[in-house]
Amino acid sequence: MVLHEPQPSTLTDAVPGSTSGQPLLTADDVTRVVDRMAHQLIERAAGSTTTGDGLADLVLVGIPTRGAPLARRLAARIEAFTGTAVDVGTVDITLYRDDLRTRGVRALEDTRLPDAGIDGRLVVLVDDVLFSGRSVRAALDGLRDVGRPRAVQLAVLVDRGHRELPIKADFVGKNVPTSRTQQVRVRLAEVDGEDGVTVTDA
Amino acid sequence: MRRHLLESADLDRSDATLVLDTAAQIESALAGREVKKLPTLRGRTVVNLFFEDSTRTRISFELAAKRLSADVINFSAKGSSVSKGESLKDTALTLEAMGADGIVVRHGSSGAPHRLATWVAGSVVNAGDGTHEHPTQALLDAYTIRQRLGRLEGVKVVITGDVLHSRVARSNVWLLHTLGAEVTLVAPPTLLPVGVGSWPVRVSYDLDAVLPQADVVMMLRVQAERMNASFFPSAREYSRRYGLDATRMAKLGDDAIVMHPGPMNRGMEIAADVADSPRSTIVEQVGNGVSVRMAVLYLLLGGPA
Amino acid sequence: MTLLLKGARPYGEDAVDILVKDGVIAAIGESLSTTADTIDATGLVVLPGLVDLHTHLREPGREDTETVLTGSRAAALGGFTAVHAMANTDPVADTAGVVEQVWRLGNDAGLVDVVPVGAVTVGLGGEQLAELGAMADSAARVRVFSDDGKCVSDPALMRRALEYVKALDGVVAQHAEEPRLPVGAQMPGGARSARLGLTGWPAVAEEAIIARDVLLAEHVGARLHVCHVSTAGSVELIRWAKSRGVQVTAEVTPHHLLLTDAQAEGYDATFKVNPPLRTAEDVAALRAGLADGTIDAVATDHAPHAGEDKECEWSAARPGMLGLEQALSVVVDTMVDTGLLTWREVADRMSVRPAQIGRLAGQGRPIAVGEPANLVLLDPSARAVVDPAALASKSRNSPYAGRELPARVVHTLLRGELSVLDGKVQK
Repeated sequence: MVLHEPQPSTLTDAVPGSTSGQPLLTADDVTRVVDRMAHQLIERAAGSTTTGDGLADLVLVGIPTRGAPLARRLAARIEAFTGTAVDVGTVDITLYRDDLRTRGVRALEDTRLPDAGIDGRLVVLVDDVLFSGRSVRAALDGLRDVGRPRAVQLAVLVDRGHRELPIKADFVGKNVPTSRTQQVRVRLAEVDGEDGVTVTDA
Repeated sequence: MRRHLLESADLDRSDATLVLDTAAQIESALAGREVKKLPTLRGRTVVNLFFEDSTRTRISFELAAKRLSADVINFSAKGSSVSKGESLKDTALTLEAMGADGIVVRHGSSGAPHRLATWVAGSVVNAGDGTHEHPTQALLDAYTIRQRLGRLEGVKVVITGDVLHSRVARSNVWLLHTLGAEVTLVAPPTLLPVGVGSWPVRVSYDLDAVLPQADVVMMLRVQAERMNASFFPSAREYSRRYGLDATRMAKLGDDAIVMHPGPMNRGMEIAADVADSPRSTIVEQVGNGVSVRMAVLYLLLGGPA
Repeated sequence: MTLLLKGARPYGEDAVDILVKDGVIAAIGESLSTTADTIDATGLVVLPGLVDLHTHLREPGREDTETVLTGSRAAALGGFTAVHAMANTDPVADTAGVVEQVWRLGNDAGLVDVVPVGAVTVGLGGEQLAELGAMADSAARVRVFSDDGKCVSDPALMRRALEYVKALDGVVAQHAEEPRLPVGAQMPGGARSARLGLTGWPAVAEEAIIARDVLLAEHVGARLHVCHVSTAGSVELIRWAKSRGVQVTAEVTPHHLLLTDAQAEGYDATFKVNPPLRTAEDVAALRAGLADGTIDAVATDHAPHAGEDKECEWSAARPGMLGLEQALSVVVDTMVDTGLLTWREVADRMSVRPAQIGRLAGQGRPIAVGEPANLVLLDPSARAVVDPAALASKSRNSPYAGRELPARVVHTLLRGELSVLDGKVQK
């Protein structure tokens, strides 16, 4: 049997192994941007609940591959700034994708939700790059099958435009105007060994 | 590109591991969910084409396909045009014309899925062919071993029973070998194939001698009618020499597990108290079968048609 | 009719002209001339017309798969001038009436001598001797008796058959397969059949019968012919029997000289045959046995089958494969191009000895003045890919489909008449 080989996502990956291209964010920039997003999340969560401490309500759900470590980083920074631990999870969207037929099946990644679940809570989906919006749609479909959050919001490190669906991020690390043919590549130490964001002309 | 699962003999290590890993991800993604359904195969049609009765295998595939939102058609040879003499090829072409994306086939003739695969554009999954193979059974067995023992590499697996007529044994021999396990076949010489010397296994005629080292004991169903063909003198003698009872089970190491592909002949190859013991994975195997078959269907049918 | 063959090479040796007149070879020499038709045979090897000891023509009974006429065409195109038509037709050729019918159909077709084989037992049932004498005395002049497809497994009956045909100058051609060993068998018993889950048809099932039969033939002083020898052990047994002076002869099929059980890997039932394709070691032993004369003859076991009997599950498929049209090419490929046989030896194994075994007076004769002009002319340098759709046989179950094979039969002459001219059958 020859199965379909898992393919790297071309939404977020440049030519495999390529670290060239226009540096958009350095490692230090990534750290700063993550810190800023953590602060924004704290503010928003605090102001969004009737029970007082909104952070207990918050669940950061990363979209694999790079959304997952990003969610963990945001949680770590929030805990560092406030002393409050935030629940983190991941939801693999592969089985919900609408492009399997055209781009082939790939290996699945972890789906892991906090023991307390997501019912009635504020779920913030976390991803590295927001492009067409299809990954987010798949993640919303996936979330619907696992529970009923009070609200779902979206945090992305980079918004590069070119939406194909009516989806908008609530927290954006950096807005980057790009052309459709350019590739935005996010690297995170947990996955790629180092931090950084580059833009490559295709 | 080939898009079939016909035998475990042609699965390489990365293929097999991908299936097991995918099954594990699916199982954890669905664990504790109210909606145990995924949209992945929406609009795809899976035909269960069963020329032999096998309710448990058919149900397992049916559930797997339905949990992936595929449309499922059960085509049993009984009461159909097949029983009126329609050939396998004509049946295949009919299913093809109806737009079957996947055909899960159980057939009494070794190699029937291979033939089917040459006649249809859809994916063919072998759900057991004659005395040849039953690859999804071997995959779910490997999955169960990995889940219980945490590994497959170096695991000592003893497969006991009617190896000669067993497609489960053949599939397990090749798959477990590919995944690094060490397989020992135990049976009376009459129930081992003549060519078994060329298989990557050890062979023993003495179950008691191999049990103390075993991590896994897999018991195969032995059909009483084999007795009439002089494969062994009597059911009682078979059971005494090759059956797994509580006394024999006591020779196993502390963590060793007991497996059986089902359906069991309690009292023949396996004693009731063994089948129901905590070592037994028989019920887990059934549940794991659905996850593994979901993984296979996803990997074969999820991509471009 | 008079015909001059210019520049042909008898047995692959020096080129000569051969003048054929009134059905016999009238002259052989250099620069012969004639006012009659001339065929430029430059570069072609000429051999005595081939004789097949083992052909299934399917008529009467399965005319949808082959008839005496279509089988005769295939035979002529393969370079044959005589074929033995096996007895397992429907009705079985176990009476003078049936063998005469087949013989007459062959005469009507007029492309090759169709020599009926008579069944050893009534209805191939293995229980009661058929009227062997009546068949021998009939117009068909049956000399070869066989239950082929089934083994004469009862040792007492086999002994009686061997004895009885002595009076007829006949021979029993045994399909050596102990029926109780390969129960439901599909494949040689061994590593491959064990893995493929196809019940083994072990070598011992063939060899046990051959061992028994050569001892019986020795005991009663009768002739025995062994059909389609397929194992190395069988070759050994026959070699041993011949060394003891047993009157045993044996045949091997082209497919057993070329193909192995590896062909079963895809479960394509085209490759299902009885006895089964065996291992590369067996193939080597069969080639060696044919080369040293232990195996006397190449016989095709040409077995046409309908598409629906092959395009199905392996276990449901009928055993057998086509052979007439590619037999010579396969022998060239496996025996001549490998240096195992000279052209003279090819003539011996495919014409002379089979004609002797079958007691065919006018076949298998030397290429010499005064001999019947049964000849085949072939181009040894030609190579072609086998296309089943282009075969003359009514069936398409050729195991050589898509395979490139050497040598092409260009002309065939039956008693001076062209049955095949330039690769085209004349009737």
